[in-house]
Amino acid sequence: MKHKRSRATVKAETRHPDRVRRGILLAASALALTVFTAAGAWGADAKRGAELYQQCKRCHQAGQGAGHRVGPHLNGIFGRRAGSATDFTYSRALRDAGANGLVWDERTLDAFLASPATVAPQTRMSFGGMPTADDRADLLAWLRTFSGSLADAPAAQPTMTAAEFGLDPEILRVPGNPQYGAYLASECTTCHRSDGVDAGIPSITSWPVDDFVITLQAYKNGKRVHPAMQMIAARLSDEEIASLAAYFRNLNNQP
Amino acid sequence: MKLNRRQLLASAVTVSAALSAPAVLGQGRPRVVVVGGGAGGATAARYIAKDSGGAIDVTLVDSSKAYYSCFFSNLYIGGFRDFDSIGHSYGALASDYGINVVHDWAVGVDPDARTVALAGGGSLSYDRLVLSPGIDFKSGSVPGWDLSAQNQMPHAYKAGSQTQLLKAQVEAMPEGGVYCMVPPTNPFRCPPGPYERISMVAHVLKQKNPTAKILIVDPKQKFSKQALFEDGWKRHYPGMVERIWPEFGDRQIEVRPDSMEVVVDGEATKVDVCNVIPAQKAGRIAEVAGITNEAGWAPVVPHTMQSRMDENIHVLGDASQQGDMPKSGFSANSQAKVCAMAIRGALSGSDVFPARFSNTCWSLIETDDGVKVGATYKATDEKIAKIDGFISQVGETAELRKATYEESLGWYEGISADMFG
Repeated sequence: MKHKRSRATVKAETRHPDRVRRGILLAASALALTVFTAAGAWGADAKRGAELYQQCKRCHQAGQGAGHRVGPHLNGIFGRRAGSATDFTYSRALRDAGANGLVWDERTLDAFLASPATVAPQTRMSFGGMPTADDRADLLAWLRTFSGSLADAPAAQPTMTAAEFGLDPEILRVPGNPQYGAYLASECTTCHRSDGVDAGIPSITSWPVDDFVITLQAYKNGKRVHPAMQMIAARLSDEEIASLAAYFRNLNNQP
Repeated sequence: MKLNRRQLLASAVTVSAALSAPAVLGQGRPRVVVVGGGAGGATAARYIAKDSGGAIDVTLVDSSKAYYSCFFSNLYIGGFRDFDSIGHSYGALASDYGINVVHDWAVGVDPDARTVALAGGGSLSYDRLVLSPGIDFKSGSVPGWDLSAQNQMPHAYKAGSQTQLLKAQVEAMPEGGVYCMVPPTNPFRCPPGPYERISMVAHVLKQKNPTAKILIVDPKQKFSKQALFEDGWKRHYPGMVERIWPEFGDRQIEVRPDSMEVVVDGEATKVDVCNVIPAQKAGRIAEVAGITNEAGWAPVVPHTMQSRMDENIHVLGDASQQGDMPKSGFSANSQAKVCAMAIRGALSGSDVFPARFSNTCWSLIETDDGVKVGATYKATDEKIAKIDGFISQVGETAELRKATYEESLGWYEGISADMFG
């Protein structure tokens, strides 16, 4: 019944966009109460979880209209078999884990968040782990709010948009040449592994083309900060960036 | 791209045939021989084999069965890596890419017959030869030192047993003893390398032997990332590191391995460890092939990394004289991909794109205190020319320095996979 109440809250707030944020927090708190009552995780704070989620949202969307980005969307993650969201290209590690029976629940997600590489060695998820149990409990309390009916979920911020970087949308329509991308990519693979393994430098394989282009353009335009990446991106033309995006999108990661 | 099982079997058959009767083959697939299985050679072999999908026959010659990387060997000395972690096998290059890996010494090149002679008596014919032999030392550059003194005064500038020896010597220093380094004159492999090593030795001594001293007897005034290293030494190892360099004219530096003395302008100092890194030149096979200049390096055409003296020979990495790129594993890896593309274009007609190069060198000064320098480069007719670059700054936050170090760990995994598959 708490579920129902939160849904009503969200709907009401939707009519007052300026108050949506506060409404989401209220809704999330209400849900969190349900969650830790059910899971027995006293003290889990979904509001804090929403803040912790900021570090996930660069790659994962959750909420109304969420889609796959660098990582799969997280709606309905509770109860989902690992590596099974449709239309997402998973690492072999996660596909295998799912095939071997890994289903995401409070316990398995907690272990995965603590150390992704322990649960799924060679996952492409570029995240070292969340060492503090309370942080994981809070984050999961918040994520759980997206595992009811999708309609219940509040709208979430998109992971990254072209507008966020003031990027001309025409740039996203520049065609890429994967053959040229393959040659250009050899400059990337000195650091970024072509098998998609993140061993300290993020994986760049299988990204959605737009995300790849936006990210490199953000480096090129100085809106994203990293000296080596800014230097590398600075000399890439729009066509070259599109070619790299096309190549890495379809790079076969399987041995 | 990996070969499927049938392609693999086919190449395995070719490999064994090539080993037993090299002269008989060659009518079919074009042949590339790569000498030296480091950052340049292993990368070139892998990219040619991978991207040609088996259309080019690739043989990699290296005398060692295991490759120990010079990069990160200082971290081994500092205790941040174990020795095994800097060792790599050529297994995947043979099994996954169908490269014929030959463990032997290349001792001769006949540029007219296009053959490489092996110490074991064999001969390999080639359409294109890639030489990536790294460095050798110039004899007489540090009076009193030659290779016969390398057990008393290790260079540890080719990774392996020399690195292990130097580490053991540092750890066995008497309390309050002196570690001395004689760095090389320019140009040399890994410009920040000697000074990262100083940092790693200081890290060990700070814990085990805090009253010990480090003396650098440098033949040159300036060095790579100097401000960053000197700032780091002051912060982490106050009073431990002393460096002397030629302020006016040349200093006369001499070493006496038997008495463990370093002599500067006639004044002898007794030291406990003496790490002599002599002046350098291209690895010997480049000289044997007749493609080196008076300075001892092999000049190359930047667009393709072809020798300026023999268009059938490409030279990569430390041994090449190419222009603005530092002699580093990253540079060799970058040059190898340009070379691989040029060779595939010449031998199998694949697309050739304009050459582009880049380099980044990370150095560790103390736990979680990493710095880096990097640049991008392009090929001009005259040289590989720098386009743009960056360097870490003095006074960066501890978080940024830690992130830089962690990035270097990721890079090591990245370049290792890029070299060895």
